[in-house]
Parts: sequence; structure tokens; C-alpha cells
Amino acid sequence: MSKEPRKAPRRAPRGVNFTPAEFHAHVFAMESDAAHRYDDLADQMETHNNREVAGLFRRMAEIERKHADHATKADPDAARPRPATQFHWLGAEAPEAIDPLDLHYMMTPHHALTLALRCEENAVAFFEHVLETTKDAVVREHAKHLVEEEREHVQLIRKWLARYPKPQDGWDEDPDPPVYSE
Amino acid sequence: MNTAVAPATYFQARDYKSEVKPVWCPGCGDFSVLMAITKAFAELQLAPEKTAVISGIGCSSRIPAYTNCYGFHGVHGRALALGTGVKIARPDLTVVVAGGDGDGFSIGGNHFLHACRRNVDMTYVVMDNRVYGMTKGQPSPTTEPDWDSALTPGGTGLRPFNPLVIALASGANFIARGFAGDPNACASLIAEGVRHPGFSFVEILSPCVTFRPDQRDWKSAVHPAPVKATDDAARAAKRLMTDDGFNTGVLYAGSRAPFQPSFSTTKTVAELEEAFAS
Repeated sequence: MSKEPRKAPRRAPRGVNFTPAEFHAHVFAMESDAAHRYDDLADQMETHNNREVAGLFRRMAEIERKHADHATKADPDAARPRPATQFHWLGAEAPEAIDPLDLHYMMTPHHALTLALRCEENAVAFFEHVLETTKDAVVREHAKHLVEEEREHVQLIRKWLARYPKPQDGWDEDPDPPVYSE
Repeated sequence: MNTAVAPATYFQARDYKSEVKPVWCPGCGDFSVLMAITKAFAELQLAPEKTAVISGIGCSSRIPAYTNCYGFHGVHGRALALGTGVKIARPDLTVVVAGGDGDGFSIGGNHFLHACRRNVDMTYVVMDNRVYGMTKGQPSPTTEPDWDSALTPGGTGLRPFNPLVIALASGANFIARGFAGDPNACASLIAEGVRHPGFSFVEILSPCVTFRPDQRDWKSAVHPAPVKATDDAARAAKRLMTDDGFNTGVLYAGSRAPFQPSFSTTKTVAELEEAFAS
């Protein structure tokens, strides 16, 4: 948490024109990866007794899991595991995957929501890119719907974030740090 | 690797995780490596009961408890000896050995050399954070000579161990490097290592955010290797000897036949139990 979370690089996927099946696989991978990742983050925070942030991550995991379930209901084959090389994102990872290296055991809800907001913004950017570049009518319609949905998520998280102002410098100062050598 | 199953429903990465929650520090690269290992298993659709995750001692060596495959959290530095035994006795299992730089290159350094030399078909994932994290921040074999800390003021002044060069010189059949900040790429490397016959060595740069917070900067230091993997050991040696330590990707993929002696059963378990009891 020493630095602001990274923005996904805005590089175009490599010559991708998704078929509906490929697009569904991307949607499922993005949502299930996010759910998995949020659960992991919640576990980490529970282990370190940061219950407020743990609860927030757990809630995000539940939301993302519902989205993943929705994706498989629409197309059960979307859940078929595929090599990472078959996915084409705007960055190295799926848009809604928080980088685990960005965590700190003393992080606050403000930090957690800032990370989540960045994920939702990345998701908007991804679906906008698909919408702008696809030549497939089915994919276009689906992407249009998802852009709207992700924009709603951005607004929702901004509302939550307004309740948690940025903490003052020194929020990560631990009077009893786990580092013997310093 | 074991034969992929044909499941009615697919194994997802989370299916390989146990109910035990990791106790690593939040932000630790080892979370990403656990994620990468489970993603690789899902990509390969390995049956958990046909997969063994073996480790020694250290923060990263906790990893078998966090998977629901067969696991063995062994003795310090002896993970590769255990993994070799498991694979020789049960060639039908996919064996992944995991650990850290201290466990693998210091206490287990000799086993590392001979595991490379033997070339048994297994994959060794080393989470390299260039420090002993579990014992509170002592320098490890891969620590930079000028890393200054209260325990080693001014640094050790010692030349770091170069695990990839040693692996190549000792006979490893597959050598790759990944970065924990890119778990998808690490998953691909691990999956490729498991698929590749023989001893596969995957070094993953895995930051220790508690004792080496400077390693967060690895995000901007790592870069994909500018050249494709080679099967020419001499060419690989030249590349590995001159690389900056932050090249990622498959760096060597050889074609040496794995070591797998054929055994026939000489005693039943009941006979062994009887001999042991008498």
C-alpha cells in the first residue's frame, strides 16, 4: 500500500475479435477470478484481524460470484478451463483482479474500496474496448449491457467510498511491528 | 504428469485449495504463487488425488497445507529428496515441490544439485524473496551482497547464488523464471513445467513485503525475456550468465530423458508390517 494502485495499461488486445463463446469465457473468467481473489483477500484480512476490510472483501466476493454464476447460466461452456494464453485482456490480468501485492495488513476500507473502484473502472474500459472493436452483433449487444452494468458498479463503489475518507499519513504505523531487524 | 481426467464439471482453481487459510503477511508474493499453482492445476485438469505437493521448511513451504492435493511438509532442505522418493515410488502422481530460496539453495543446496542431475519428472517451484522471512530477516544465498539490515550492517559482501545457472549446469531439463506480481504468467510457466518431461525448475520472484519492502519495486524491474526458450544448453548458459535476474519466461527447455527406474513389488504392505512388528 505504499503506492497508489496501478492502472491497467491501455494496450489493445492482440488482434482479437471475440466469438460469442470466447467472449462468454472472458466474462466468466473475469468474474470468477475476481470472486476468488476477493475471497483470498478477505481470508488474509481475517487472519490478521482486520475485520472491517475482511467483511468488505467478502461482500465483493459474493457479488462477483453471482456475476460468475450468471455467466455460466447464459453459457455453461464458459466455465471450461482454458490456458491463460487464450485470454486477451487490456493488461496482464483480468480487469477485476486486485494485485495481491497491493495489500497491507493495516489497510482501511478507503484503501480496499479504492482498489475495488480501480477494478470496476478497468472492467468498464475492457467492455468499452470490446464494444468499440467487435464485429459480432451478439458480442456487441452483450458488451453494451456489461458496460452499463459495470458503470453502475463504479457509481455504487464511489458512493461507498464517500463514506470512508482517505486516512491521514501514518495509517500504516504499527507501534509493535513484526520486524525484528528494524 | 498424471493423465488429465474427463470431468463432468471442471476443476476450477479454487477446487485445489484447502480450508486452511494462509498465515502469510498480506501483500506477500506467496499468495500469488499459491494462486498460480492452483490455476496451473486447473489448466491441466489434474485430479487432486493424483497430485502431490511437497515442501521443506519456511514461509513458502507452508503451501501443501493450503492445497487439498496430497501434501507433505517435510524437513528443512529435504523437499526435493522427498519429492524424488514420491515420484520414483508413485510415477502415476504429478509431483510439485515448492519452497523458498533458503530451504532450496542453502540447507537443501546439495539436494538441488542432485535433483537437477537425476532429472526425475517433477516440478520445483522456488519462491525466491532473497531473505529468510520466517526467522525474521536474515540474508539468504540469493541476497544481494550490499543489502543493509540491522542483522547484517553494510550487507554480507558475498556473491549471491545464481540458481538458474546452477540448475542448468547440474542438468535440469526445464528452467523458467516468473514474477509473483503476474500470477497468470506464473500459472502458465508452472503448467508448462509440469508438462515438460524431467526435472523442471521454476524460480518465482516473490516479494517479502515485511523484511524486503524494497522488493515491491520488482514490479517495474521485471520484463519478459527478449528471446525465446532455447534447447541449446551452451546458448542458455550464456544468456543466464549475462541476464539481469529479472528476465521472465521459459529460459531453457531441454530434451534429456527423465530418470524413472522400473520396480517390481517384492513385499506386500502386510509383509512389511509384519517384519516391522517382529
